Formats: sequence, structure tokens, C-alpha cells
Amino acid sequence: MVAVLKPEHIVRTTCPYCGVGCQMDLHIKEHMVYRVSAPYEAPTNHGNLCVKGRFGHEFLWHPDRLKTPLIRRNGWLEEATWDEALDTITAKFAAIKAESGPDAFAFFASAKCTNEENYVMQTLARQVIGTHNIDHCARL
Amino acid sequence: MQAFGSGAMTNSIGDITQSKAILAIGTNTTEQHPVLSLQIKKAVRKFGAQLIVADPRRIELTDFAILHLQHKAGTDLALLNGLAYVILQENLYDAGFVAARTENFELWRATVEEYPPERVSAITGVPIDDLVRAARIYGSNHPASIFYAMGITQHTVGHQNVLAVANLAMLTGNMGVPGGGVNPLRGQNNVQGACDMGGLPNVYPGYQSVADDAIREKFTAYHGTGQPPAKAGLTITEMMTAAHDGRVRAMYIMGENPAMSDPNSLHIHECLEKLEFLVVQDIFPNETTEFADVVLPAAAFAEKEGTFTNTERRVQLIRRAFDPPGSTRPDWQILSELARRLGAKGFDYESPSQIMDEIAEVTPIYGGIHHTRLEGDGLQWPCPTPEHPGTPILHVGKFSRGLGHFSPVHHQEAVEMPDTEYPYMLTTGRILQHWHTGTMTRRVSGLNFIAPEERVEINPSDAEKLGIADGDWIRVVSRRGSVTARARVFDRPRPGLVFMTFHFAEALSNVLTNNVVDPVSKIPEYKVCAVKVEKAEGA
Ligand code: SF4
Repeated sequence: MVAVLKPEHIVRTTCPYCGVGCQMDLHIKEHMVYRVSAPYEAPTNHGNLCVKGRFGHEFLWHPDRLKTPLIRRNGWLEEATWDEALDTITAKFAAIKAESGPDAFAFFASAKCTNEENYVMQTLARQVIGTHNIDHCARL
Repeated sequence: MQAFGSGAMTNSIGDITQSKAILAIGTNTTEQHPVLSLQIKKAVRKFGAQLIVADPRRIELTDFAILHLQHKAGTDLALLNGLAYVILQENLYDAGFVAARTENFELWRATVEEYPPERVSAITGVPIDDLVRAARIYGSNHPASIFYAMGITQHTVGHQNVLAVANLAMLTGNMGVPGGGVNPLRGQNNVQGACDMGGLPNVYPGYQSVADDAIREKFTAYHGTGQPPAKAGLTITEMMTAAHDGRVRAMYIMGENPAMSDPNSLHIHECLEKLEFLVVQDIFPNETTEFADVVLPAAAFAEKEGTFTNTERRVQLIRRAFDPPGSTRPDWQILSELARRLGAKGFDYESPSQIMDEIAEVTPIYGGIHHTRLEGDGLQWPCPTPEHPGTPILHVGKFSRGLGHFSPVHHQEAVEMPDTEYPYMLTTGRILQHWHTGTMTRRVSGLNFIAPEERVEINPSDAEKLGIADGDWIRVVSRRGSVTARARVFDRPRPGLVFMTFHFAEALSNVLTNNVVDPVSKIPEYKVCAVKVEKAEGA
């Protein structure tokens, strides 16, 4: 049988690697990206991509991906449910905040996460916990 | 930024080809920002722009340059002041622009007088003729642009380096014009956005200062919460020290790997170890999750919606192509749920698009940015209103702070200079095939195949002295630690300089680097530290 590589669908998105922000089209078949192309009309990259944007997406399916929350118990990280993980955090955060105040917390925002996610994190840090101890690796 | 009141690329990728001259300093563009480097190459090859590359290494971009200034690592300030000296001396500066749009010129000029070519050449190792020629090229071709990256910011004087670049651009009237400008190339895909969104200890989203009472009140009223303090929070380096002394007890790390990416890694490990409670949210287990008490699995870029802001301030969409695997969730959902459980109101977002609408309400520079407007080419901030078309070039006609400010800056030696015991300088950076700490790219077989391991770059003259051949195992030792890797002997670094990446956990250069920081920007001095190099037996 000859495999006809016709995508089931194509998704336009932004490269996750560097700050150029190349636009790319992920060609998807059977839950995999089998080809990446770039739109000529994109003002950032005019149809170009580097080796990372073109071929760097296999990590999405790597078996090492974290798939479930983990909690450290007796020194080992063990699988847990979302409820258990979030309850653990909520309880610990409440206790530390009550004892030591908001500035006993520090948050790392992320240059790899979206604007919306960084916004939510800074709101959580500043307005919910009450600390400006938030930074990310812009300097690194 | 102190000089003009804004810290982003002033111009756009699209107007690079209009530059008549380009100065690229401390940016290995072809490997760090490969697709943007195509525009620089095009400006040179197709439109005849004159490219000057200032870099201690003979990087690929030098093949396109009319002139390569191979200055010693850590002498950028002297070099930049030296260029300004010649431009002033030869009257190549734009007196009209200086008079109409800037302040503090005379005071600054007096400090530049201290950088005649003879002295600058002695400090930097750049021949006098090359220095003068570079100044003439940059000073007499208009418009001229400057590109820079971590090569000049990752020093204890990084903040001053950036001011020195701004001084040069103002001096020559290259601000607010297509093909001109001061263009920092941002590393990570959304480092611009993380800054824009207030992922910094001193500013709310849109660079609104936490010290400003009206701003704090605005956010507090908007969210209906208690008010945070007026004092800026801790930077990463300070957070680590605070964790070490027990002032910071809990840390929440999203999508970062400080155990590997931060300087002086062994010290960082101690700090993380001392934390009472560490939450790490990421797509892969990494060096940092080893220290975590709770690990939360996050969705990757292709499994969620949202926006990234690129190095030219362009806000662009990412779109969901796959369902998040296992029970992973997008970071925004995890954080919102946690906030709700902590009793906060207003975190019941249904989509990132709804979050962006909220961002627009509280962030003037994103005021007109909504997902529905981003189909197509996205929008460049500032974009204050729903009708605003976005801003490709900053500071046209006027700087955001009013007048451009000339800031006097002086050369000073790197904190750790080579000496008899540690006679070489180590500088660190990235290579084309890998990304940052390698969490993603080291898990892509094709990329690992072409770049499987760390190769320490060393100049042939140094290698010969040390009896090291290409491919030999060598040990690089600093005051903080030692790393073993293979040597790559070629004439890319200047003699006396060795180069390593920070992609490879098994040969981690950040064990060696110095965690002293620039007092203003708090950026660590990755780019220079003193090391010794020796041949390793067997390995
Ligand atoms: S394709 Fe290459 S140049 Fe373009 S954004 Fe991705 S990493 Fe950067």
C-alpha cells in the first residue's frame, strides 16, 4: 500500500523556540506532525524556518513527558491525582503565608509560557499571595 | 530602559533591509535567531548594507561582514565609547537630532573624551584602523541599525553596555527611522511577553511600576484583593539567596529549569535543597524537578491556545493542534484553579482569549489587543485601542520618556579576569541545533544526531600549547567547579578564550560560571569567567 501523505488538518501556530516567532503550519495526520511548512506571507519569516522550527517537534510525543501530578512521599516523587496535588499546595501555601507572610514566597514566570499564563501567574503572586517576588529567566 | 523609556526592539524585522549600515554586537544571530539573520544577510547581499560584526568569536555572520572587530570578551563598553569618540571627533554625528530630541549631551561628551582610539585599542585588542573604519561606516551611513543580544547583556556591566548602544544610536540620529534603531534580540520565544506581562519583580503588566500607588490601587481594585507592598520584589538571583537563608520558604517554578540554567549550579542546588516547599510545573522532568515536593504536568505549546510576543513586539497566536496528553493541563488552567482554591475570585476563565481581554483592560500597551484581531499578522505593541494598527517603529518623532537621555558609562574589567592559576576566559552561549537547557531539543532524535555532545571551542594556538588535539577529552576548571568534555580545536574563539554551551546536562558549563550580577539589571555574568584547561586522561 502506498501511503498518501495528505494531512487530516493543518494548524497555523508560532514556533516555540526562539524570539523571532516564526509562523508555521503543522501538518497533522494520525495525531502526529509529519511535516512543517511556513507561510510566505508571514512578516516574521516569509516562508523560512530554521532546523528547530522545521524538525524540532518530536519532543511532544517523547515517553519522558510528565503525564500526571507527582507528590514527594518519603523522599520519592509518587503519582498523585490533581486534587491531591492541588490540595497539598493549597494547605502548604496557606500555612506558610499565615506564619511568614507573602514575601516568604517566590514565583518563576516563564519565557516559554504564553502571555496569558504569565499574566495569570503574576496576578496569583501579586494579588492573591501578595508578593512581588516574581521573575523569569529573561536575564539568563 | 533608562535612555528612551522602553526596553524592546525599537524597529521591525521587516525594515532591516532598509539599513545602509548594521552593527551587530554580542549576537551570534545565525545560530540564535537564524531566520532573522536571513534579513541581515539579505540587507548585505541584495541591498549593499555594510555590516560590522563585533564579537570575540569569528561567528558565521562575520562571513557577511565588511569588518570584524574581534574585541576581547568583556570590553564592549570601551569599544562602544571608542566608536562614539571617533564619530564626535570627525563630526559624523547628527547635531540636529541631538539638539532637538536628547538631553545631557555635553556631560556625556566629556566622558567619551576619555576613549581615544589608542586607549580603546589597548583595552579591546582591536587595531586602531579598524576602530576608526567601523566608526566611519556606522556614523556616515544613514539609516544605520544596531543589533545586540546576551553577548553584551550577560556581564556585570550589561546594563551600561545597553546604554552605550543607545548613546551611539541617538548620537547618529538613528532613532525612530525605518532601517535604524536599537534592537535587542530576545532569546526565548516568549521572553518579551513574559516581561510585558509583569513576570518581573518591579513592574505590573505593561511596565507599570509597582512603586506607583495609583497603579497598585488600580490592580487591587480590579481584582478586589488586598494590596501588595510598594517595594519591588526579589530577582531570581536574590530569590535563591533568600531561599538559602530561609527568608523564602516556598517557591513555584513554571516552565523553567534553574538547577541547570542558572550560574554556579552547585550553589543553586543548595538553595533549592533548603526550600521548605517547591512546586515545579513543566512538560518534562528535569534537573529542577528533582528538588520538587509537588510536580504538576503541563501541556506543551501545540496542546493549548494563547499568544507569544516576539522580539519585535509582535503578539501572535498559538493554536491547539492536539489534546494535552495524559492528565496534563495548560498552565493557565492550573494556575487559575490553584488561585480559586486559595479563595480568590475572578479566576474563572474559560479560554486564553478571555484572559487577553482582561489584560487589555489593565495594560495600556496591550489595550487594543484581542485574539480576534490577531488572525493574520498579529499586532505590534504599543497598541492602545481596538482600532489602533500597532506600532512597527518606536520613538518616531518623540521618545516614550520625552527626551532621549545620554548616559555616561565607563569601562570596567570583568569581575573575574584570567590570572596565572586560571589563565583562560570562558564564555558561554548556544548552538543552532539545540535550545537552552535542552529539555525539548535533546529529546528530538534528528537534532541530537547532528549535535550529540558538548564541544569546548578552543583556539589552535592555545590547543597546541596545552597539547590538545581536536576531539580530545579536556577538563575545564573554574573556582566553582570542573567539567569534562571534548575539545573542538578551531580558530573561532580568539586566543585566550574558550567557548561552551549550556545545552548539555552531562557537561554543564554553569557549574563553572560566575553568579555575580550587574547591580542594576541583575543579569549574571555568564559571558566571562576565568578558567584553566587541561587534557583529561581516558574519560
Ligand atoms: S524557526 Fe528557528 S528562527 Fe524561527 S522562531 Fe523557530 S527557532 Fe527561531
